[in-house]
Amino acid sequence: MPQKLWREPLDAQKTKLPKAEICIITDLCKGCGFCIEFCPKNVLEQSEQLNKKGKHPPEVTDESSCALCGFCTAICPEFAIFVVEKKGENNVGNEEKE
Amino acid sequence: MKEADLMLKHPLAKYLRQERMPHIWCEGCGNGILLNSFLEGLDELKQNLDRIVVVSGIGCIGRAAGYINVDSFHTTHGRAIPFATGVKLANPNLKVVVISGDGDLFAIGGNHFIHAARRNVDIKVICANNFNYGMTGGQYGPTTPLGSWTTTTPYGNIEHPFNLVHLAAASGAVYVARWTTLQVRRLKNSIKKALQKEGFSLVEVISPCPEIFDRYNKLGTAVDVMKWFKLISQVKHGYDPAKAEVAKNKIIVGEFVDIEKPSYGRLLREMTANVQDKLKGEK
Ligand SMILES: Cc1ncc(C[n+]2csc(CCOP(=O)(O)OP(=O)(O)O)c2C)c(N)n1
Ligand code: SF4
Ligand code: SF4
Ligand SMILES: [Mg+2]
Repeated sequence: MPQKLWREPLDAQKTKLPKAEICIITDLCKGCGFCIEFCPKNVLEQSEQLNKKGKHPPEVTDESSCALCGFCTAICPEFAIFVVEKKGENNVGNEEKE
Repeated sequence: MKEADLMLKHPLAKYLRQERMPHIWCEGCGNGILLNSFLEGLDELKQNLDRIVVVSGIGCIGRAAGYINVDSFHTTHGRAIPFATGVKLANPNLKVVVISGDGDLFAIGGNHFIHAARRNVDIKVICANNFNYGMTGGQYGPTTPLGSWTTTTPYGNIEHPFNLVHLAAASGAVYVARWTTLQVRRLKNSIKKALQKEGFSLVEVISPCPEIFDRYNKLGTAVDVMKWFKLISQVKHGYDPAKAEVAKNKIIVGEFVDIEKPSYGRLLREMTANVQDKLKGEK
């Protein structure tokens, strides 16, 4: 979900927002749902897919709204999800303006 | 990327014995969160892993010792603290951490706990408190809340539970904190703090056991239990541990004790050096 801004920030052309890459090791997931429930940006959703354990791992709905807070990484009891900064790629600040 | 390769890209991958993953804990069990927070704390402190030792007792959480990629030992039931005490006294350069359960540390191992705290042995105890003996099928134990249902309290528990932070504080611990598995950041910070302090520390982690305790007590899914933690946790740093209750409508979390006191190991080494000096003088 792109963020709505009420005016263009003065440094929008210069500012780069880091881009997130969310990695999910689907077969490690036990489907507890913590990452989905507690993501402050609601970036994750339960997928239709069944993994090897017969569980539904999360899937990413919109990677660009990930704030890189790392809460999913920290709360996952299975070490099955982690988020890293995409190297060499940045969201230009005003790209998100509607 | 193949899943096995992706596993190795996890920021905490090097701290886990990958050949033992996935761990045995049930879906939504808090033990995995505790392990995650501990490893993240280690990572942030940039600890030399050769100096870390993890000791655990028996129970679901006791498996943690076997999952962490440092020197570790899975002791017999209730004996994690005496084993850890021996390790620490034999090699004071090591940081010794005990990760174990409420049953292991406070039922069969209860006496070891109070005396290690009283002596201020320099070990860090992280207790996964899930209010029951998860591994053996959910018997009640010394932290089971009054009135709770377990496999051995079919009419509701009629015993009053220990307040672990009060017990630790009264026994002499220099650092005492409690968090739930929802407060992962603060939990990690407390673990880091305990690791950097000299003396006996307890970090209590209120942890879901969705498969047994939570099911018997009709607490819903693991997500429901975590949301309940969120709703009823009250952060009160420096609060009187005697009053820091764990109740159905309120869990007091925070840092309750943070004091300085010479550790047993330090006093032991000082005494030994003094006696040896004296003996040399007499020769
Ligand atoms: C001497 C001895 N007595 C009893 C047992 C059975 N036993 C195994 S684990 C356990 C309790 C574990 O409870 P806790 O420490 O709370 O760990 P959890 O499984 O809840 O994580 C008991 C009583 C044992 N293994 N050894
Ligand atoms: S927190 Fe981990 S185990 Fe739970 S649903 Fe998310 S990826 Fe799966
Ligand atoms: S029985 Fe309870 S404590 Fe043991 S692994 Fe399952 S959920 Fe965790
Ligand atoms: Mg237990």
